[in-house]
Amino acid sequence: MVKIAQISCGTDYSGVQKEIEKAAETFGAEIVIPEADLDYIDEAYGKFGFNAASSGIRLMIARAMSIVEGKSDADAVFIATCFRCAEGALLRNELRRFIQQNTNLPVVTYSFTERTKADELFIRMEALSTIVARKSLLAREKQEGLTMGIDSGSTTTKVVLMEDNKIIGTGWLPTTDVIENAKVGIKDALEGTGYKQSDIEGIGVTGYGRLTIGKYLNADLIQEELSVNSKGAVYLADHQRGEATVLDIGGMDNKVITVNDGIPDNFTMGGICAGASGRFLEITSRRLGVDISELGPLALKGDHKKALLNSYCIVFGIQDLVTSLAAGGSKPDVASAACYSVAEQVYEQQLQEIDVREPLIQVGGTSLIEGLVDAVSKTLGNIDVIVPEYSQYIGAVGSALIVSGLSTK
Amino acid sequence: MKIAIFPPNSLILADLVERRGHEPLVLQSEIRKKVTSSEIDSPPLNITEEDPIKGLKYAAIEVPSGVRGRMAIFGPLIDEADAAMIMEDAPFGFGCIGCARTNELCMFNIRKRNIPVLELKYPTSKEETIELVNKINEFLDSLEEKNG
Repeated sequence: MVKIAQISCGTDYSGVQKEIEKAAETFGAEIVIPEADLDYIDEAYGKFGFNAASSGIRLMIARAMSIVEGKSDADAVFIATCFRCAEGALLRNELRRFIQQNTNLPVVTYSFTERTKADELFIRMEALSTIVARKSLLAREKQEGLTMGIDSGSTTTKVVLMEDNKIIGTGWLPTTDVIENAKVGIKDALEGTGYKQSDIEGIGVTGYGRLTIGKYLNADLIQEELSVNSKGAVYLADHQRGEATVLDIGGMDNKVITVNDGIPDNFTMGGICAGASGRFLEITSRRLGVDISELGPLALKGDHKKALLNSYCIVFGIQDLVTSLAAGGSKPDVASAACYSVAEQVYEQQLQEIDVREPLIQVGGTSLIEGLVDAVSKTLGNIDVIVPEYSQYIGAVGSALIVSGLSTK
Repeated sequence: MKIAIFPPNSLILADLVERRGHEPLVLQSEIRKKVTSSEIDSPPLNITEEDPIKGLKYAAIEVPSGVRGRMAIFGPLIDEADAAMIMEDAPFGFGCIGCARTNELCMFNIRKRNIPVLELKYPTSKEETIELVNKINEFLDSLEEKNG
């Protein structure tokens, strides 16, 4: 059984301890609390050097030190503090770094509220368990042989065929019927390559539909998207070592993953309103009478300051857009303002929940809109943003890469 | 009289209060009520999502859930108290609730109730300890006299 060491403050008084344990058990893991007596708390606190006011936070320091010094046994670490606690947020990150720099244990962090339920923690616990169980697979930095990756997302299904570290075929289509879409995607990816499905040495699947497709295709690897997307992103961006942030502004929701050596350690997902998603840009391009593929270059020619588009709501956002155009705003200025509106909302609603690490690897369909990538970089103080080739296929690429270590055929 | 103590789980302060014939309002008895309640299954303290929501009486929604969850238990003890004792700078072993922000709010709430409050600093020598115990006893006895 995978032992996950819990280093936290406030979980008992927030009523979420049971949920954490339930989430771990679901994925065959057990929560363990690292040893730390009163004398050791003072000793560890002195050694670490962070003047924490809360004794619960000091206890976290001691528990982290106990793991680093080998006094407690664990396969992975879960660090959690109350949402909106400044001291907790500082220590959550510093202890995460401390453990990553001094051990080889995977770490996942989380800030909880009293509303946190086990199912919100599932993907994190699943990622921790699979990182432990598949450590050697996740260490894979090069794809070998002929493998296929399928990412059955909520909006689109993506398929890639890889051979000897190169992408040789792709398939992309909207998700309507999980299995049928995968079949078409596989056919498209194989087309023109000279290979047939039976030639493929390993198939890896990820995304919402992974269990259905995995069972149907008898896939060699079925894995959650957190570790697969991280792996795919750092592989495509050629940034497999060190820290990075993966940002996916999706059609309906957004995902942000922080990674260390290609292994995920924090994750936030959501989107309060479609005004902060690719859907808003799709509607903007329709209203401007341009194809979505033209919106990015158009936005780069404009000045976002000349058009006011800062509503949090997609309905009011479109009203702002119409008003700006009616007031004589130019199409490039409005396109630019729409990109900034999305970037600023993603920053305000999501990126502030996570420690953004450079470089930021922007992925997904929206990463192809250059104006949005530029707006994200500027909104984050000119941060280095990488958009790798095939950025819309990261989940499929991650699966094809990881499964190449599992190939059985 | 009912005496709120801070830290609210200090066994030494609770014992001193009891020895002078008063009732200490302590965390342990509140937690006991929770953990012995068979309807709740939320170990280790049987605190559930409802408690941080009850804590909204003492701290706004933007305050972390851990502070509100603690206040849902300590807040009513402070409300109920006829007098209080606050011990500052105490080490963990003396009594501790884990969260510096909750400490600040608890002490503030005690002070603003306008009840008799004895403010103490953790003693660092034998002489200071004897003086502290005498101070506590005098305070508790004076409450009894005032009370009639």
